[in-house]
Amino acid sequence: MDKLIISPAPHVHSGDSISKNMQAVIIALMPAYLVALYYFGLGALIVSLTAIISCVLFEYLIQKYILKGENTIKDGSAALTGLLLAFNLPSNIPVYIVIVGSLVAIGVAKMSFGGLGNNPFNPALVARVFLLISFPVAMTSWPVPEALSTHYLDAITAPTTLRNMNFGVQPDTLQLLIGNIGGSMGEVSGLALLLGFVYLLYKKVITWHIPISILATVALFIYILHLAAPQSYIVSPLDYLLSGGLLLGAIYMATDYVTSPMTKKGMLIYGVGIGLLTVIIRISPVYPEGVSFAILIMNAFTPLINTYIKPKRFGEVVKNKK
Amino acid sequence: MKTFRIGGIHPAENKFSAGKKIIKANLPKQVAIPLAHYIGAPSLPIVAKGEFVKVGQLIGKANGFISANVHSSVSGKVNKIDVQLDATGYKRAAVFVEVNGDEWVETIDRSPEVKRECNLTKEEIIKKIAEAGIVGLGGATFPTHVKLSPPPGKKADVLIINAVECESYLTCDHQLMMEKGEEIMIGISILMKALDVKRAIVGIENNKKDAIALFHKLAKDFAGVEVMALKVQYPQGGEKQLIDATIGRQVPSGALPIEVGAVVQNVGTTYAVYEAVQKNKPLFERVITITGKSSKNPGNYLVRLGTMLSEVVDQAGGVPADTGKIVGGGPMMGRSLMTLDVPMAKGSAGVLFMQDTESVRNKTQNCIRCSKCVNVCPMGLEPYLLMNQSEREMWPEMEKDRVMDCIECGSCSYTCPSNRALLDYIRFGKSTVGGIIRSRQIKK
Repeated sequence: MDKLIISPAPHVHSGDSISKNMQAVIIALMPAYLVALYYFGLGALIVSLTAIISCVLFEYLIQKYILKGENTIKDGSAALTGLLLAFNLPSNIPVYIVIVGSLVAIGVAKMSFGGLGNNPFNPALVARVFLLISFPVAMTSWPVPEALSTHYLDAITAPTTLRNMNFGVQPDTLQLLIGNIGGSMGEVSGLALLLGFVYLLYKKVITWHIPISILATVALFIYILHLAAPQSYIVSPLDYLLSGGLLLGAIYMATDYVTSPMTKKGMLIYGVGIGLLTVIIRISPVYPEGVSFAILIMNAFTPLINTYIKPKRFGEVVKNKK
Repeated sequence: MKTFRIGGIHPAENKFSAGKKIIKANLPKQVAIPLAHYIGAPSLPIVAKGEFVKVGQLIGKANGFISANVHSSVSGKVNKIDVQLDATGYKRAAVFVEVNGDEWVETIDRSPEVKRECNLTKEEIIKKIAEAGIVGLGGATFPTHVKLSPPPGKKADVLIINAVECESYLTCDHQLMMEKGEEIMIGISILMKALDVKRAIVGIENNKKDAIALFHKLAKDFAGVEVMALKVQYPQGGEKQLIDATIGRQVPSGALPIEVGAVVQNVGTTYAVYEAVQKNKPLFERVITITGKSSKNPGNYLVRLGTMLSEVVDQAGGVPADTGKIVGGGPMMGRSLMTLDVPMAKGSAGVLFMQDTESVRNKTQNCIRCSKCVNVCPMGLEPYLLMNQSEREMWPEMEKDRVMDCIECGSCSYTCPSNRALLDYIRFGKSTVGGIIRSRQIKK
């Protein structure tokens, strides 16, 4: 013992790291990824690999040549953004559109604000909405699920369950759970996404507050609408929750650490806001799906929520139990 | 099972020295007894160079109300009264005694029999505790007689004994409980008398099942003493957290426990009270834990105050070869030592050898706003925010966001996945804001 290290307490650390949390989310997304590969085959593989690789590459290049600083690709957040971006895209989207999306996600929505931790909006969702507005046709043609499909750009497309719901078609709950439906690559299988949710809760990566407040708000809102106008709102709350990108959004996108509130009470407010906005946009005639927009709008409120909603302070509750 | 309601973490326990019988450390050749090693004014030396002192003799007189007496822990000649680097990293006044034999002051009762009866009045008890120089042995070293004398208008209704020992590695309190259980119980009843309370609760964490069982058995003979097993969680040993866990009352911000009618005493302090009141023995020795993952002989040692830690450590098998950091105290709140040539003080609870691999902090990264620090903070604060404010010197905002409530437990830094130096910045902010508040009060 020649030299002793001196540093302030505490002298131990939990061992938790950014990469451990990113890895846990990636693992949680694996069931949904396997479903995507099964039902959308080659297209799913190409789109997801392109998204992940280009996100990581863009972060590396930006950090090396523009910011001229250290690279952080090892923390896994760029890869996760790529995976989540892919999950929000139809599997027949051309490669160049995916690459543009990755550039927007990493370059515009993340790095220009100062990198991980500084972005006000969810990068994958910013990219998705950007692509939706810039390439509306490509972004709204949904391949029909086909077991182990070898189709990519030539995949057969059809309207999604969510779209059909607006025309009065009742969805099949079982298909919504398994994923044998049209939609974005990662959103189709409710069961797979819920499995990942359980894993994330077990690993203590996220808590129940955001997903449950979103889903409960949506379910309650659509139920009230159904009571008010049963002819116009025919879908059961369960089917409503399982359709579209709601589960993917509620569990994996809205719970993004950086863009969601820091207190449990704040998370509940945020979740209720997302739920309300999702239903409002969904029932409007413009877009069949509203989750992406709802989350981005509530992202904008997160700093406000953090300023005014404080955690319960010790001493605020002074119960005089004997 | 009860526990405190806000925040908390669960570090690995690593209680390698659990169950190791207390060993009397060998007498050193010389000691440097600190005169100022507790909260309050330093005591004034009343011995001179060349004087022969006995074990238990008063060598430093308390200077004011919030101060404590200091007694010699050895017999021998006073070499000098000089400054000595202590475990906090500062040089402070100490009495250097060259050890000669082991002659104790005659008034100390050295018989091993447990003395049960105490017929002193409340005032006499507090006086004896003050004379014995007893301070809180949990680490804060607040003079005990001050804690037992609430300001006028405030009265305690419950005494809480802190037998939690929530820090990893440390086992001195646990072992003391197993070996001196009855004495501690008597100490509790003495303290109850001093505070004039009918109820005492001994809080013990559930990882010390043998101590819980033993104390349950002993408590049957002591009226009003309740033993409460608590769920293992750090920082349950923090006064405020312990009061919340045991009786469900939360001390308001800026207030002391007496505000909610509670007084908390560490179990080691309680034993010292027994020794002082029943055996006329002042505080001059205590049990400390010497431990670490690579420690060959982790154990609990009864050490005389002023003994250089290096001497005790030598007896305990020396410093392990792969040591990167030596911590005085527990891993969450202890201080990293520059050298082992520092005297053992009343507040020293342990010496922890950290391996070189675990002594280095990981690289700090951006805050990812995961809110884990907010979740674990036992005081309901927002460490990420306080750190940001501290970096930007936003002192009024820090005060409003309750930085002064921080108990510096370290749960935030422990938890942060980005390895951010949360507590470092918060501590800095706390000391700055504390200074601002004090100067504001002086101006009034």
